[in-house]
Amino acid sequence: MMLVFGGAVIINRNPVASALSLVVSFLALAALFISLDAYFIGIIQVLVYAGAIMVLFLFIIMLLDLRAEELRKINWIASAGGLAVALALIVQIFSVIGSFPLAKQPFPPLARHVLSGAEGSTSDDVHRIGLLLFDNFNLPFQIIGVLILVATIGAVMLSRRETR
Amino acid sequence: MVTLGDYLVVSGMLFTIGFAGVMVRRNIIIILMALELMLNAANLSLVAFSRFHVDPSGAPNYNAQVFVFFVITVAAAEVAVGLAIVVALFRLRQTTHVEDITSLKF
Repeated sequence: MMLVFGGAVIINRNPVASALSLVVSFLALAALFISLDAYFIGIIQVLVYAGAIMVLFLFIIMLLDLRAEELRKINWIASAGGLAVALALIVQIFSVIGSFPLAKQPFPPLARHVLSGAEGSTSDDVHRIGLLLFDNFNLPFQIIGVLILVATIGAVMLSRRETR
Repeated sequence: MVTLGDYLVVSGMLFTIGFAGVMVRRNIIIILMALELMLNAANLSLVAFSRFHVDPSGAPNYNAQVFVFFVITVAAAEVAVGLAIVVALFRLRQTTHVEDITSLKF
């Protein structure tokens, strides 16, 4: 389902329909994350992508009022070239995965205390990721903070009207 | 039984869809969406490997999940800046079509 809607993102001519398919694709991807026992990442995926980023996309699409797109004819040569390169890429990915011996093993089981949450807490996943984030990855975490600050200032500066 | 390879195949297909989107579509906003698809494909394979490498205490490798967290954060910042650039460009040129924007073309 995720792949179907991911395909719909690039096939749809209308940007709004494309963005809505992207939302469904991200929700299905969050379900995949949760099936991999990564609850925190799944929830972050829903909140950040399906919530924040998609609202941003839809807002920009509405703001720019994109409708001229439908009138354009498709550049068939460029499309065929792009699809050929993508096809070569997927053949390559499949051959790499096929020759990868670990890929045929099932996932090892998790310990019981990880799944049910030790110390009576239900959010063991979040707890461990938070500890790791502030212990081992403290410097990258701070750099990310500065990066977001810079991105915010940059976005405001870029979308500001020139005042003379 | 679901194996690691299944998740990697799905991840590869998602990446290829995103890649094809970047190559084929000519609308900047759609190209940005396809970029998001590619980032998410990378996230999916990271989480699959995180679940696959269970350490002796029985917990998955959380380093990969922290990395996914960073990737999501950077993607959010990137989309914010990218869409701001698109808005500025649209104000200047009244288009979001990459073939209409050829000022830097040699």
